[in-house]
Amino acid sequence: MFESITQGLQGALTGIFRSGKLTEANIREGLKQVRQALLEADVEYNVATQFIEKVTAEAVGEKVLKSLRPDEQLIGIVHQQLIALMGPTDHSLHLRRDGINKIMMCGLQGAGKTTTCGKLARKLKAEGWKPLLVAADMQRPAAIEQLKTLGQQLDVPVYAEAPGGNPVAVCKNGLAHAKTAGANVVIFDTAGRLHVDDRLMFELEQIDSRVQPDQVYLVCDAMTGQDAVRSAKAFNDALELDGVILTKLDGDTRGGAAISVKQVTGVPIKFVGMGEQLDRLEPFHPDRMAGRILGMGDIVTLFERAQEEFDAEEMERQQQRMLKGRFTLEDFRNQMKQVRRLGSLGDIMKMIPGMGGLLDQFQNIDAEKDMGRIDAIISSMTLEERQNPDRIDRSRRTRIARGSGTDPADVNRLLKDFDNMSSMMQKMSGLGVKDRFRAVQDLAKVGGMNPAAGLQAQKQRSKRGPADADLAAEKKKKARKEAKKQRKKNR
Amino acid sequence: MGFFDKLKAGLKKTSQLLRTDIRDLFKSGEILSEKHLEQFEARLIQTDMGVAATTRIVSDLRQEHLGRTMKVDELWATVRATVKSILKGTSTTTYDPEQPLSPLNFSESRPTVILVAGVNGTGKTTTIAKLARLLTSQGKTVLLAAGDTFRAAAVEQLTLWSQRLGCDIVTKPAGTDPAAVAFAGCEAAVKAGVDVLIIDTAGRLHNQQNLMQELEKIRRVIAKQIPDAPHESLLVIDATTGQNGLNQAQAFSKAVSTTGLILSKLDGTARGGVAVAIRQQMGIPVKYVGVGEAIDDLEVFDPDQFAEALFAE
Repeated sequence: MFESITQGLQGALTGIFRSGKLTEANIREGLKQVRQALLEADVEYNVATQFIEKVTAEAVGEKVLKSLRPDEQLIGIVHQQLIALMGPTDHSLHLRRDGINKIMMCGLQGAGKTTTCGKLARKLKAEGWKPLLVAADMQRPAAIEQLKTLGQQLDVPVYAEAPGGNPVAVCKNGLAHAKTAGANVVIFDTAGRLHVDDRLMFELEQIDSRVQPDQVYLVCDAMTGQDAVRSAKAFNDALELDGVILTKLDGDTRGGAAISVKQVTGVPIKFVGMGEQLDRLEPFHPDRMAGRILGMGDIVTLFERAQEEFDAEEMERQQQRMLKGRFTLEDFRNQMKQVRRLGSLGDIMKMIPGMGGLLDQFQNIDAEKDMGRIDAIISSMTLEERQNPDRIDRSRRTRIARGSGTDPADVNRLLKDFDNMSSMMQKMSGLGVKDRFRAVQDLAKVGGMNPAAGLQAQKQRSKRGPADADLAAEKKKKARKEAKKQRKKNR
Repeated sequence: MGFFDKLKAGLKKTSQLLRTDIRDLFKSGEILSEKHLEQFEARLIQTDMGVAATTRIVSDLRQEHLGRTMKVDELWATVRATVKSILKGTSTTTYDPEQPLSPLNFSESRPTVILVAGVNGTGKTTTIAKLARLLTSQGKTVLLAAGDTFRAAAVEQLTLWSQRLGCDIVTKPAGTDPAAVAFAGCEAAVKAGVDVLIIDTAGRLHNQQNLMQELEKIRRVIAKQIPDAPHESLLVIDATTGQNGLNQAQAFSKAVSTTGLILSKLDGTARGGVAVAIRQQMGIPVKYVGVGEAIDDLEVFDPDQFAEALFAE
């Protein structure tokens, strides 16, 4: 999501890598580029300027000049400052078990208030609360129907009155209704309004004073530009916000608004909307976000999502099969399906540290399409063929190609890739999580040097070389140390 | 209230922002220095026009006025000229505020098909209602096709509008393939012989491949039904959008060959500068601007007046 800032920062910092030394001059130049990257990412001008000042103050000076790896330290400072700017977090909705909790949503038109209300209701319901949605958006045609539809989908009650009513009264009645209906969390979906519309802002204040909400959340579109600061400030002044929910972060926006809004309101960003589906509401993590900005990847989120999406038993079963070397095309396809559930391949790659930069090289390779084709090919095989790919002869191959609308050569390629992969997986299944991860990264590096390289291109150790890989690594390490010592002596 | 007044009111915040600081910034008689330019750059950035457009304006100023005694009027003339030349670009789109339909590209034979797309929450459906109103007020017959079958109650929203406007609408149940709605819309439009068919689409983020492919499909289906259609492919962009607007323009342009922008929600807030960035980098012209919540608040975009209003006193 922040890949564009990432690119800018990486561009700015590679210059520093190259010179190997951190001088005040080159850090200033680098930070200037960071600042431009932030501006292009829609971080508000003053916020961006302040940020750069802070980083400069931290970075320039003895501390950095004395350190051994100035580049790492600079990234560290930028990273920490970004976290500081977007934190601290507070994901709690501060709900009380006794009485009725009142949550009010507000924001500009089209920020995604109604959808977010639905997402929040779903989350609360899953946590065992009894939410009630109150449709207080009397402005937009069919806004009430939209909330009702969401309520139906989620099986959450919705309180609504005929359109054209007074929103303040609706909220009041909705609250009374909650008492009789036995709901313990009421979510008010107010109409979208511009922060400069005094009449509507006054109406919002009226609702606020009438219902006395426990929590007021601003729903903010992550794509908002420089104006994010002003609207957030206006809502904060009128209502005293308790939190912000950033929406549409699944887009490719650089999302600088996150930084600006946090800075100007001072209230925590609670959640982020990551998609149109009602389960796509995720807690906001400034450290992960900052990590992503700097190209460190977001492996934690990926793991979390994987845990949610993957069928644990199925995974276990596949692991066992892999260990036994009984990994079939059927398993391969299942695994592919599970991975696809995580999101597009591009999204996944972005989250893996070190892989983000590879994306550009792969741009002309349509991974999604390839996966679709592979799926079609495997679907065109008989069960027996899937379990024993060796049995696929020429005539079967032609039939499969015809059935899946592909070329026999495609079928062949798949079988070959599969063969390579299953042998690699067998190797990998013996490793721990960390080593396995490293293996994937190594793979990425090989691919990075030569995008056309398939799995086969991985460097094979010579047959005559040391049989033990660990021993070889040890030896290499020693050689490196020696060389370093030599360099020091020669200096 | 005439167009100019409305636009001026809409852009008041921007011009206020620019003017107040600029009055302090550019004082007649002083010598224009790099420091002045840097501060001016900050103000331009805050209109969302982006680093590239800002750099161009500032470099024009630098070239003509750096180191000279400032004459506020001359400085403004330079800034205005640059903004105007960016906004006008090289295209042949005509803007005649007297002729509200002048920016639209009409087909020789009926119907003219207008496809409207955009990311979520930019105000596509409302904009379509406004556009339909504009067309009917100019004596054109309009048919709407409710192609947003995804978002809850989007079809109802457009149906309500069609009832208020008194024009026909083609709908399908929620969850139908939007291309099927477009197909039915084209069929009905040809049969009824209406002047203009406006097709709504569901909001979609431009980086979602499947959804962009769905949009391409809608376009293909339309083109198959009616040759040369859609005659206009309009992208609705929220005026508060920042630099992401550029990405949006790029992606939608790729999928449905966007022919023009509608800048929505220009009424309340200070922004809209992203239109300058899009015009400069993509060459897509702004055709209309949404300047209020009422049904009549859709105005022809006029680059001259936009630039004037942006910097009006």
